[in-house]
Amino acid sequence: MRRILEGSQAVAESVAMCRPKVVCAYPITPQTHIVEGLARLVAEGRLDAQYVLVEAEFSAASVVLGASATGARAYTATSSQGLLLMTEVIFNIAGMRLPVVMTVANRAVSAPINIWNDQQDSMSLRDCGWIQMYAEDIQEACDMHIQAFTIAEELNIPVMVCMDGYILTHAMEPVEVPEQEHVDAYLPPFKPKFYLTPKDPITLGSMAGPDAYMEIRLLLHQSMQRASFTIREEANRFEEAFGRSYGDLLGSYRAEDAELLLVSMGSLLGTMKDAVDELRDGGHPVGIVKVRTVRPFPRTQLHDALADARIVGVIEKDISLGLEGILCSEIRSAFCGAARTPNISSFVVGLGGRDVTVDNIKDIALGLLSDDTCRVEVAGIDHEVLWSAHSEEE
Amino acid sequence: MIKLLKEIRIHGRGGQGNVTASEFLAEAAFADGLYAQSFPMFGSERHGAPVTAFVRISDRPIRLRSQIYEPDYVVVQDASLFAGTDVLEGLKDGGLVVINTSRPISDFKIPEEFRVVTVPATELALEIVGKPIINTIMVGAFASASGEIRLDTLEKSIRDRYPGELGEKEIVAMRQAFEKVEGAKR
Repeated sequence: MRRILEGSQAVAESVAMCRPKVVCAYPITPQTHIVEGLARLVAEGRLDAQYVLVEAEFSAASVVLGASATGARAYTATSSQGLLLMTEVIFNIAGMRLPVVMTVANRAVSAPINIWNDQQDSMSLRDCGWIQMYAEDIQEACDMHIQAFTIAEELNIPVMVCMDGYILTHAMEPVEVPEQEHVDAYLPPFKPKFYLTPKDPITLGSMAGPDAYMEIRLLLHQSMQRASFTIREEANRFEEAFGRSYGDLLGSYRAEDAELLLVSMGSLLGTMKDAVDELRDGGHPVGIVKVRTVRPFPRTQLHDALADARIVGVIEKDISLGLEGILCSEIRSAFCGAARTPNISSFVVGLGGRDVTVDNIKDIALGLLSDDTCRVEVAGIDHEVLWSAHSEEE
Repeated sequence: MIKLLKEIRIHGRGGQGNVTASEFLAEAAFADGLYAQSFPMFGSERHGAPVTAFVRISDRPIRLRSQIYEPDYVVVQDASLFAGTDVLEGLKDGGLVVINTSRPISDFKIPEEFRVVTVPATELALEIVGKPIINTIMVGAFASASGEIRLDTLEKSIRDRYPGELGEKEIVAMRQAFEKVEGAKR
């Protein structure tokens, strides 16, 4: 049924339709409405799950780790500092091969403290062994959660579904809400391959010495690489079941014959599509490649999607301080040893909730078309403020 | 009425139901078969701090997610905001501003190129609802002055959210606002 819903409420309903048995989260802006929504569904008896109250995110992550280890479908959600506080457990969940699904309502990290959106939080945890997917709009965020449980349970790898805080969590827009029976048909009950039970005791997460640790890490790495196939299969299976498609690990928009391809992830893509329409109307050959999955990193697919362009501009809401935008570095790696490499530039935008407009995107695109020199830019900043800070330093 | 894209910016203070007002408008437009998007921009989450909420309504799916800089409509829930905020910034020529006030329009020095309506929403709310809940009254005034939203679809979204006596009282107040917006001639 088509309804108009707030992003958080829509995601809470989608997660509930996946029938998690344990939900545990600690509220943090801008994730709060999602877990409030789930708490309400449990309280009203519409979701048959245990909602566990805890005192902080470290405990929330620990509870879903434990719940998943006993074979229960487990879900959590967080943002920013909450994700960072979970970090130790996050690595353990992946290392123990527990198929937890977590929503990250993307928010800037402190300091300075900032409650608004960027993607520094989840991008900083890209190496923790979780699959990471980024949603463009509320519909994709809802559908991505349903896919996330199937992907996680198929591979025994946890999945982070990243959606931009406020911009998606607090926005209201039309959403196609699936029927419970269709979700049940697509996502069968969780049948864990191994789990903790007194009937058949096993140990999870025990010590592995130098003789075994590397092999265990390599197995996770190999499973993560295989996840590309599973993600693609699930995208296809989801389209057959629900009639909606967003691409697989990548998507694209007006990319045919583009001289300049802009690459991004998350909610920025909507504004970028409007910018690209205006640029195309003005005769500028610009298109978009959308990254849905940051881990596993779709290196080969990105190479193939970008190889024919003369210029690539990677626009992202995160920065590896002292280097450049994180996604941009990774895209450069896709061209290592390639016969021909486009001129790839990094543009960092929208940190800490700085608004990104169609004009910002057009400026980046037109700038690249007139000068394709590879560069790293932090775009949309107040030069006067920067200049006065530099003067004070001197 | 909507052709392609109409943009509405709501200015208020934390606690005045600004976000809910934006959601009422989006819900009503959606119920009328249009595409709609609403979203807030919080200064920081506390009562009394300036809050801005945005609404886009269109015949086509809405992908744009930046804030609204050149609105067709501005709704001012708290007239004291005129003192510290340029609430009319970027308002299109011929654009409409809806102000919650019982003061005369001339007090606000609104430039000639804009249309203005006022509604004593706080007074109406205290009188009819018994609480200073103004957002439903302001969306009623907006619907009346702009003609973009139908009154009955607005009523439905208010009833869905506030079932029972409170919602019914708010609907009475909203209907009054719909009928008696002042100064729509300008």
